[in-house]
Amino acid sequence: MPVYFLRRVLAAIPVMLVVAVFVFLLLRLTPGDPAAVLAGDMATPEQLEQIRASLGLNDPLYVQFLRWMGDLLRGDFGTSLISNQPVLDLVADRMWPTIWIALITITLSVIVAVPMGVVAAWKHRSWIDHLVMTFSVLGFSIPVFVIGYLLIKLFALDLGLLPVQGYVAPSEDLPGFAARAVLPALTLASIYIALIARMTRASLLDVLGEDYVRTARAKGLAERRVLFRHALRNAAVPVMTVIGTGFALLISGVVVTESVYNIPGLGRLTVDSIFARDYPVIQALILLTSGIYVLVNLAIDLSYSFLDPRIRY
Amino acid sequence: MPVLDIRNLTVAIDAKDGASVVRDISISIEPGETVCLVGESGSGKSVSSLATMGLLPKGALKVTGGEILLDGEDMLKLSPAELRDRRATRMSMIFQEPMTALNPVIKVGDQIAEVLEAHTKLSNAESHARVMGILDQVGLPDIERVARSYPHQLSGGQRQRIMIAMALILEPRLLIADEPTTALDVTTQLQILRLIKDLQQKHGTAVLFITHDMGVVAEIADRVYVMNRGDMVETGKVMDILAAPKMDYTRRLLSSVPSLVPRPPRPVASERLALQVSELDKIYGGGGFLSKAATTHAAKAVSLELKAGRTLGIVGESGSGKSTVARCVMRLIDPSAGGIRVGGQEIADLTPRGLHPFRKRLQMVFQDPYRSLNPRLSIEESIIEGPMNYGMPRAEAVAKAAELLDLVGMPAGSAKRYPHMFSGGQRQRIAIARALAMEPELLVADEAVSALDVSVQAQVLDLLTEIQERTRIAILFITHDLRVAAQICDEVAVMKRGEVVEYGPTAAVLGAPRHDYTKSLLAAAPGRDWDFPNFRPVAA
Repeated sequence: MPVYFLRRVLAAIPVMLVVAVFVFLLLRLTPGDPAAVLAGDMATPEQLEQIRASLGLNDPLYVQFLRWMGDLLRGDFGTSLISNQPVLDLVADRMWPTIWIALITITLSVIVAVPMGVVAAWKHRSWIDHLVMTFSVLGFSIPVFVIGYLLIKLFALDLGLLPVQGYVAPSEDLPGFAARAVLPALTLASIYIALIARMTRASLLDVLGEDYVRTARAKGLAERRVLFRHALRNAAVPVMTVIGTGFALLISGVVVTESVYNIPGLGRLTVDSIFARDYPVIQALILLTSGIYVLVNLAIDLSYSFLDPRIRY
Repeated sequence: MPVLDIRNLTVAIDAKDGASVVRDISISIEPGETVCLVGESGSGKSVSSLATMGLLPKGALKVTGGEILLDGEDMLKLSPAELRDRRATRMSMIFQEPMTALNPVIKVGDQIAEVLEAHTKLSNAESHARVMGILDQVGLPDIERVARSYPHQLSGGQRQRIMIAMALILEPRLLIADEPTTALDVTTQLQILRLIKDLQQKHGTAVLFITHDMGVVAEIADRVYVMNRGDMVETGKVMDILAAPKMDYTRRLLSSVPSLVPRPPRPVASERLALQVSELDKIYGGGGFLSKAATTHAAKAVSLELKAGRTLGIVGESGSGKSTVARCVMRLIDPSAGGIRVGGQEIADLTPRGLHPFRKRLQMVFQDPYRSLNPRLSIEESIIEGPMNYGMPRAEAVAKAAELLDLVGMPAGSAKRYPHMFSGGQRQRIAIARALAMEPELLVADEAVSALDVSVQAQVLDLLTEIQERTRIAILFITHDLRVAAQICDEVAVMKRGEVVEYGPTAAVLGAPRHDYTKSLLAAAPGRDWDFPNFRPVAA
């Protein structure tokens, strides 16, 4: 296992390198001049030229790339073109709200969705199965912002139970953090609950038709034991995949929810930096999300070999 | 009193006015007796056994009449909890496919111990001792290690021994074995049959053995029940059934069992070589990027020759490399070394593009007719696809498809229908028609009749012979079944672990084998002493 782990980590290096090249080129080749943005509408061509030179934007692409990679390897992600803060600080600042919300969302989704899927599969074609499936279709089809505003209207405005918007770090004020995190997490969770419940149900239905489930019954085992010991673990691999990918998507795809709930997270930072053409920040963000994807995939793969002893690398 | 007494059992599809799939059958088994329940697919033999265990698929099938008495207690009147309590303690079951019947993510020792957990109050230590005891009884080596293994780390035979251990650990009165050796190689099959017999004698267990294989019946049965399409056809002592069957159906069933005695040799019709394989090597595996994998030498210096209009059989057990050779010949996989000449043309080293003109000269028929036809294409579309790829106009291809369907004995009007509307035997005929549409010189049949019932198998074999006589096609016939090989092949090559150990005319190889491995294969073939089509022992 340690060897496998090491191999997987090593294999992530070329992946990240390709991402880096791609990120670098993508932004340099997009129209829009950051120097013009920095200088403002009233700048003279001479001022523009000065700014370009100071940012190194006039050098050949490969020089810019090598300089950029060298900085990255030393942990220097550059300075924001707009706010003049170091990019690393900026991103680190915004990362925690997003990660916290994502963690709560995915935990909530798993806690709700897995039992839903299990019951639906176990009572296949009963009313409870139909109910779960109906809920799942709803979760898929109602847009996130609709659910978001509905939840705000109900819990924050009408009932006054929770604050409408905002974010407090859990280290500062845990109850305040929880009160502010629950609505965004619920909003985001709706689609993941639908997805994970569906996946659990389908995967478990497959497994319940397997020969070894029949064998377990032929041994005279109680139905509960057949379901939990023999079926569920075999059904877990595809469910794990969905959970892992879901988590990675959450980190990068929370733009709308963060806007609705006014959370100073990565989603908003992404939007802001794109509007401002803040190259260093955008690059760092893409690298960060890619890194998270690679890490999450690694974790998922490791969980496979834990769940199913046939999977060895 | 019989251990199991099934009286007038009827099972029907669980729906309003659902059709019955088993009608009014009665079976009884005395202590220590082995009773074989035989029949072709769809005869209702498995359904009857699942009904006994109370394991009929919920919502699909249900018992609508009769009694199932185990030691006088009616299983149909028990509550689910009572029924669970009888399983494994009074009646046990083992299944056909030992790979899928064991849970892949739980160690086999734990899977056996689970039976004890469910039905006894033994301590961990006692339970462990019992598990070791039964593993020892089923003849497994290194039992501590085996107990800690997962199913995929064991061979097919070992897995079936685990299933038997699990079934017999609480010494049930009745063991139901549903085709327990069908998925195993002949030599392993023989060992498992002996094991069941031994344990049965030791514990006095009654065995209900379900099989489609008459050879196995001849080997182990005391009495036989013959079923057909849900009805009990006849019953009697094994020798009475094999030597003097009373009913037509039984007679036909026995007549379809291919004889192990090779058929008379056919004259060589043409000296033209259709296929020449020389020193073929195939090595699987080897390192990839950042990985090191063990290599498997699946074919070692295999040399074969096949003349037009002849059939060459490659026989061997699983892992012998017979399918690897077939796939190399088809160039579905790339050989590691050696030559493959089809009709005089070397194809072993052609690029995919260079291979294109020769693809139509080799066609293949696969084992499983349920999966080898595209379910979304009509029969006609499946058949015309190949010829049209090679430039035949659609109208001509359609006419040809109709002609071929007629040739393989499909009813008129089949062309526009889809694969799921046909039986397994019919689908295999369709697969043959599809292969023939390309007018190949060489037909590779990889276990092409193994998934079929014997009566259908006989028809498909006849069809292949007839087509061969008409078209002079050469057939490379891959099979694990020596009976089939004896009846269809002109020459036979016996493979073991990638090597051809014996190769020659069928009459010589199977009639008077010289290599020890061929001898052991023949010795393990169940029912080898009985000449089924002639209802008598094999003449010495």
